[in-house]
Amino acid sequence: MLCQQCQKKVANVHFTHIINGKKVEMYLCEQCAHEKGQMGFSPQLKLGDFLWGFPGFVNSPGYTQEERPEEVRCNCCGMSFEDFRKTGKLGCGNCYNVFRENLNPILRRLHSNIEHTGKVPARLSECIKTTNELEKLKNELTAAISSEEYEKAAELRDRIRSLESAGNKCGGV
Amino acid sequence: MKQDRENPVPEADVAISSRIRLARNLDAYPFTPRLTSEQGIEILGKVRDAIYSGSSEELEGLSYLEIKTLNPMDKQLLVEKHLISPDFAEGDGNRAVIVSKDEKISIMVNEEDHLRLQCIFPGMQLETAWQLCSKLDTQLEEKLDFAFDKSCGYLTCCPTNTGTGIRASVMLHLPVLSMTGYLKGILETCSKLGVAVRGMYGENSEAAGNMLQISNQVTLGQTEEEIIAGIVHITAQISEQERILRAELYKQSPVRFEDRIFRSLGILKNARIISTEESLKLLSDVRLGIIMGLMAGLELAELNELMIAVQPAYLQKLSGGQLLPDERDLRRAGLLRKKLASI
Repeated sequence: MLCQQCQKKVANVHFTHIINGKKVEMYLCEQCAHEKGQMGFSPQLKLGDFLWGFPGFVNSPGYTQEERPEEVRCNCCGMSFEDFRKTGKLGCGNCYNVFRENLNPILRRLHSNIEHTGKVPARLSECIKTTNELEKLKNELTAAISSEEYEKAAELRDRIRSLESAGNKCGGV
Repeated sequence: MKQDRENPVPEADVAISSRIRLARNLDAYPFTPRLTSEQGIEILGKVRDAIYSGSSEELEGLSYLEIKTLNPMDKQLLVEKHLISPDFAEGDGNRAVIVSKDEKISIMVNEEDHLRLQCIFPGMQLETAWQLCSKLDTQLEEKLDFAFDKSCGYLTCCPTNTGTGIRASVMLHLPVLSMTGYLKGILETCSKLGVAVRGMYGENSEAAGNMLQISNQVTLGQTEEEIIAGIVHITAQISEQERILRAELYKQSPVRFEDRIFRSLGILKNARIISTEESLKLLSDVRLGIIMGLMAGLELAELNELMIAVQPAYLQKLSGGQLLPDERDLRRAGLLRKKLASI
């Protein structure tokens, strides 16, 4: 059988392509297959190539160019996830937020867990206490209003206000 | 850590020392590898201020040593005493260590993390070490904002430390387990349980003198108390195995047992030239002899001190200056003859 592309050489590469759900089979010679970028995986293949598509496929039928997302970098220290993969070290505390989705599987593998349950800095444990206290007071306020205990409601409202102004220092923790 | 000869040391027959290390970072700065030189200096200043403005008992009498200003021998000495890590001593940059008089507390500044708080106690005293370390941490927290996240806990440069930032480790002296070859199986079990086993000086160091460090690997998702309880539990089991084997081995062949120990003592008491490695190996036997009640005249604490004193930097410090390796071997032999004369 001759190569379907050049019709000159013997076709010794057979591959199957699925284009729009239709199976397309092709028989090519080695050279044409290589030009089409269908000669299997190059040895320097990287994980990114699997994720973002093979460069060799660009001109072949059915190839759709996927947009490679712009590399995400930490807005505080400028580190990219690629940098982390190379060194195993993060750049700053904010990296944990920026790369959380990528880090969670790694943390799970290392610690079998992704939720901290240990010691909390005193300044934050105060904030967490305040948040809980606020929630409790707000519920009491709703109850006081519905039972028309307005004096009690006013008192609760004042306490909520003073707690809220103190809680602003916590920065949303 | 200076040896405390006053108080009885818990489980001194197997446990040499217990150590708690906490990793902390300042919120407003990138982690140490990404610090500019100016930021590094700023952090040194902030930590220094936080420590010296405190008035608590724990923060009193701490001395501040900038690594850059130390000569190689002094740096090595701090490593041999377990007050700083080998990597910390080698690197340059704006680094400092803050040490308490009794050497139970040491705080490395600008290691991989901005702060590495360490408390070390003789014998099996992990809980005591944790209480002191946590107290210190709480006091520093009043002055410094540490990087913390509700789900990831204390944020660290390497994700292997994040969460509690704790490393709880116990140094065990396991001569009989290693002599009989049972140690290998135990170490394999440890690695399955998520417990790290290292040599005397941390990562990649050798198990000199049959000393091994057992420490936790998981830092996230368990409380500090749970992590410590896990290490206490595992070391208790290993220690128990070592004790049973010691008794069993002696019972089987007391003469052989004594022969080995007294031969080691004989070499130590008579050698004219001896290396660190050989000294540690033989001192390990003598330590076993003292514990088994086979020899008298030397306290266990004195022997533990000797195991540190035979190391290169400590030996040079004792001799009052730099020595060539050959001279060191000579001095070491002299020191051992002198210290062991009482046995």
